[in-house]
Amino acid sequence: MSDRVMVGIFQDENDILSVTREVRKQGYTISDIYAPYAVHGLDKAMGLRQPWRLPWICFLLGLFGAAAKIWFEYWTTASDWPINVGGKPWNSLPAFVPITFEVMVLFAGVSTVIAFFIVSRLYPGRRAATVIPGVTTDRFALVIKETDAAFEPIQVRRLLERHGAVEVIERAEESLP
Amino acid sequence: MAEAPAILRPSLIQGDRSLAQITGDICAPMLRRPGALWWIGFLAAFSLLTIGTAAIAYQVATGIGTWGENTTVGWAFDITNFVFWIGIGHAGTLISAILFLFRQRWRTSVNRSAEAMTLFAVMCAGLFPLIHMGRPWMGYWIFPYPNFRGSLWMNFRSPLAWDAFAISTYFIISLIFWYLGLLPDLATIRDRAKQGLRRILFGFFSLGWDGSYRTWQRYETAYTLLAGLATALVVSVHTIVSWDFATAVIPGWHSTIFPPYFVAGAIFSGMAMVLTLVIVARKVMNLENLITLRHIDVMGKLVILTSSIVALSYGTEVFMAQYSSNSYERFASLNRAFGPFAWAFWTMISCNVLIPQLLWFRRVRTNVAAVFVVSLLINVGMWFERFVIIVTSLHRDFLPSSWASYRPTTIEVATLLGSFGLFFTCFLIFCRILPVIAMAEVKGVAAHERAERGNHQ
Repeated sequence: MSDRVMVGIFQDENDILSVTREVRKQGYTISDIYAPYAVHGLDKAMGLRQPWRLPWICFLLGLFGAAAKIWFEYWTTASDWPINVGGKPWNSLPAFVPITFEVMVLFAGVSTVIAFFIVSRLYPGRRAATVIPGVTTDRFALVIKETDAAFEPIQVRRLLERHGAVEVIERAEESLP
Repeated sequence: MAEAPAILRPSLIQGDRSLAQITGDICAPMLRRPGALWWIGFLAAFSLLTIGTAAIAYQVATGIGTWGENTTVGWAFDITNFVFWIGIGHAGTLISAILFLFRQRWRTSVNRSAEAMTLFAVMCAGLFPLIHMGRPWMGYWIFPYPNFRGSLWMNFRSPLAWDAFAISTYFIISLIFWYLGLLPDLATIRDRAKQGLRRILFGFFSLGWDGSYRTWQRYETAYTLLAGLATALVVSVHTIVSWDFATAVIPGWHSTIFPPYFVAGAIFSGMAMVLTLVIVARKVMNLENLITLRHIDVMGKLVILTSSIVALSYGTEVFMAQYSSNSYERFASLNRAFGPFAWAFWTMISCNVLIPQLLWFRRVRTNVAAVFVVSLLINVGMWFERFVIIVTSLHRDFLPSSWASYRPTTIEVATLLGSFGLFFTCFLIFCRILPVIAMAEVKGVAAHERAERGNHQ
């Protein structure tokens, strides 16, 4: 498939915000936006939904870590080889709290980051297919799919330019990530 | 500031820098050859590291009898250094995680270096308990692992075991938090680099980051979650460190005020260390446009706040000791202030309580040289705080017949110097190879300020 896309390149975050709102209002499909920093409010303009899976992964794996650890502490100190330490009860639950907490934070934190890498398909050695080189420095790139029947290249180009696009490129989608 | 008189607060980023200029400013020190100042600093730090390495090699080979400890004062220099370094790390997490959750935009210029400081400080801290074990190659015994002795498991009721878990977790979470923050910046450098080693390395570590906004959105979520976890973690770490003392029945240690007192002290000392580092870095690396007087002013205010909490804790400790009617507690508290280690106690009081009061004055807070001197003195004072807590509580215990004194040996002093060497060597290398300021975040703040300025005009 060689769907074509139109890439509008902008220099200012206000331009990218306004153009995104306008493009969506006109009903075109935004493939993605590339930006050097997280522009505040752009997710709403793009109509992206809040990532809901990451908080759940964080919560559930944190819970799992805590549960596994508390079971392990109970099993080692009270069941596998109980040792009398200063006459304390075999199952000293309050004394298990600090390590359980630490392991919970460790599981939640590490798994959130790993999940983020997996969901975003980031891994060492991945070749970054940047739309234009400046997108990690000072350029914002709006990528619109040309698949819609209503897509009118000349009009869209004019729309992008009206909102301050410094450059508009058309190319095949497969050359993009 | 002069260009925009209409805004109420001075800008966080001076000069109307474009996004490309910000990238250029931050990347410039990495591309330049290191200057004479950097080399002087690096050689000094590396010499200290060498001295420390030699001292550690000697004491590991000979045994910790090379220290000045005795049967009465069983913990002294080593644990002082450990608590000191762990405390330093805490301000990094405060700036990177807690101030992120509170949406304090000024943090963006200093969070990267503060997080690096946390990592290096925790590395230095971890060194000391390891040496204290006497046989550091058996350090892994502190963690539960299946073994051929039973399995004989570790004692999960011991605060020292809690410590090992807390500090390892703290290091790992700080590391991934720092790396996550670096990710977009690594991609920026990758895209600026020509072919060659730099491009390959940064290409590898930037994981193919391409600035996609869908990724940015998830990134923000992951970052916020991690910030929330790190906030809870940082409070727990120094709380657990304080339990090393508070769960013992030694007068002067056995006190419920220890956790909040230690956490506040940790942030206080770390803030001072951040100021020390940042004041030097902005000067040496010409980053005065990005790390402005406003940043130093704000951190000065945080120092005042934490100093006040620490002062309140000192007061509470003395009051509770006298009010408790426990003769041992009363003695321990008086012995701190007027005993043989009174000099250390009063150094602590003057550096941590009296001198920071100068920061109430805006004139002092915006005078970089003055803030630098104050921050150095706080570093000294906070080191002495741990020394006072540990040594004065131990050296005169319940039985006057077992009273003893303590004086560090050359080996112990050399180890402390070595830890400073390790810290500064790591920090100076970090300044050369990675962006010391979070570029992506600063750009967001710069854009926000530009918009704000536009509204006011």
